[in-house]
Amino acid sequence: MIEIDGLTKYFGDHLVLDRINLSVARHEVVCLIGASGSGKSTLLRCINRLVEPDWGEIRLDGVPITDASFGKTGLQRRVGIVFQSYNLFPHMTVLDNITLAPRKVQRMNRAKAREKALEMLALFGMERFAKAYPEQLSGGQQQRVAVVRALAGAPDVLLLDEITAALDPELVGEVMTVIRGLKEQGLTMVIVTHEMGFARDLADRVCFLDDGRIAEDAPPAQLFGTPEHPRTQQFLQRLLDGGRL
Amino acid sequence: MIPEPPKTPPPPPRRRGFDWHTALVPGLISAASIILVFGVLGWMVANNQNWPRIQLQFFNVEHMIAAAPRVVRGFAINMQVWLIAMVSIGVWALLLAVIRSLRGPWFAPFRLMVVLYIDLFRGLPALLLVILFGFGIPALRIPGLPNSGLFWGGFAMVLSYSAYVCEIYRSGIDAVHEGQRAAAHALGLTEWQVMIYAILPQALRNVLPSLMNIVVALQKDVALLSVIGVRDAVREAQIYTAGTFNYSSLVVAALLFLLATIPMARLADWITKRDRARRLQVAG
Repeated sequence: MIEIDGLTKYFGDHLVLDRINLSVARHEVVCLIGASGSGKSTLLRCINRLVEPDWGEIRLDGVPITDASFGKTGLQRRVGIVFQSYNLFPHMTVLDNITLAPRKVQRMNRAKAREKALEMLALFGMERFAKAYPEQLSGGQQQRVAVVRALAGAPDVLLLDEITAALDPELVGEVMTVIRGLKEQGLTMVIVTHEMGFARDLADRVCFLDDGRIAEDAPPAQLFGTPEHPRTQQFLQRLLDGGRL
Repeated sequence: MIPEPPKTPPPPPRRRGFDWHTALVPGLISAASIILVFGVLGWMVANNQNWPRIQLQFFNVEHMIAAAPRVVRGFAINMQVWLIAMVSIGVWALLLAVIRSLRGPWFAPFRLMVVLYIDLFRGLPALLLVILFGFGIPALRIPGLPNSGLFWGGFAMVLSYSAYVCEIYRSGIDAVHEGQRAAAHALGLTEWQVMIYAILPQALRNVLPSLMNIVVALQKDVALLSVIGVRDAVREAQIYTAGTFNYSSLVVAALLFLLATIPMARLADWITKRDRARRLQVAG
């Protein structure tokens, strides 16, 4: 479904992504792990072109989306993203946050958008917060709203950018439950995470990024059990020593 | 050795009843101090040998009453110009700020135009613009254009003030977190939609206190139009002075301005304070 070929990105002279090749099948969940600065988030943001790559190609269902001629707006409708810092619009209610894109991008009428949004909120046990403003919610609740907002456009792919990193440990679980539910429904997801439990639990494949390259790409059991690449071993050993694995 | 902790938590500290002493004494001292300082200053003014002349020239009640009707009439013009200019500046400057903040190479010439506009009109004295437009354009006698000095003077005020207000708006737009823009783009909104639905509402909330200050400043600066013959409060007062050689009419105008600007300034303070409280609440 997603095919990435030779994707390369510089920030100034710094090589952030170095000839990345990666493909994600429909219904597959791929986790990107690696140290800070290894390029995980940049790779993720290239997939919906919040970051423009310098070289290489990304194809979505065979269509090259990195061509300059490809309309970003259409792409961003098909690829949803959830950010580490939620980025909900603080001046809008939860309901308005969720219905904004359906109403303005897909031209759905207000009543229908509202109905769908309430339905989705109910699915995540959040319908009673429809009228609340983001700042009145806990971090975990805000992040769940952000997930609903990203799903409201019915995207084919959902990108998650360290969505639990800003949450208190006891709130991580509620967000993970939501994501697990989405996996069961067969949603294609690419997930950047520092939460190894998350990766082990949810991923069909885990990619370890090191210095802008994919050093290792394997099913979680294999990558966490018998990592092959010395950098992967080093990374996991450090996590183990830090008590985070 | 650590002492044994008590079995039950200690009772809450006893609340003190209302204490007249602590409540009143500082207030009384302040009042006494104020009366003393202002009393001495007032006594010094009143006993100055020039005071009767000053009183006669500036605070002559008869002249004040005589001049009041025309000055008040003039002040109504100030208020009208102020209201119209305020709305025009608010809209025009917002448009400029939005254009300046649009990204994308196609908008480059428009961004450049706004930059030049701001450099030009922020760099020129408002007084010069008022004279240039207020006298200059009616003198051209171009058919189809209004030839009232009032219109073109007001127009000049709008041009000048918009340059400042545009920069205020822009600082508000820049202060909106980059993540908000990214989130809005990621939802598939176009550049304009991102601006209108995600960025601007937050930006306006950011800059409301600064805008209130500009509103107060504008209220006074409308008096600049008096130099091109617009019969506003200042002009009317001057006309009265010219006939009587008494300046009390100008004091009447001054009082009217204070009457209008002080409540506005208080309102601005109140909005700033409320805004600050709200932010702190969010941060906590």
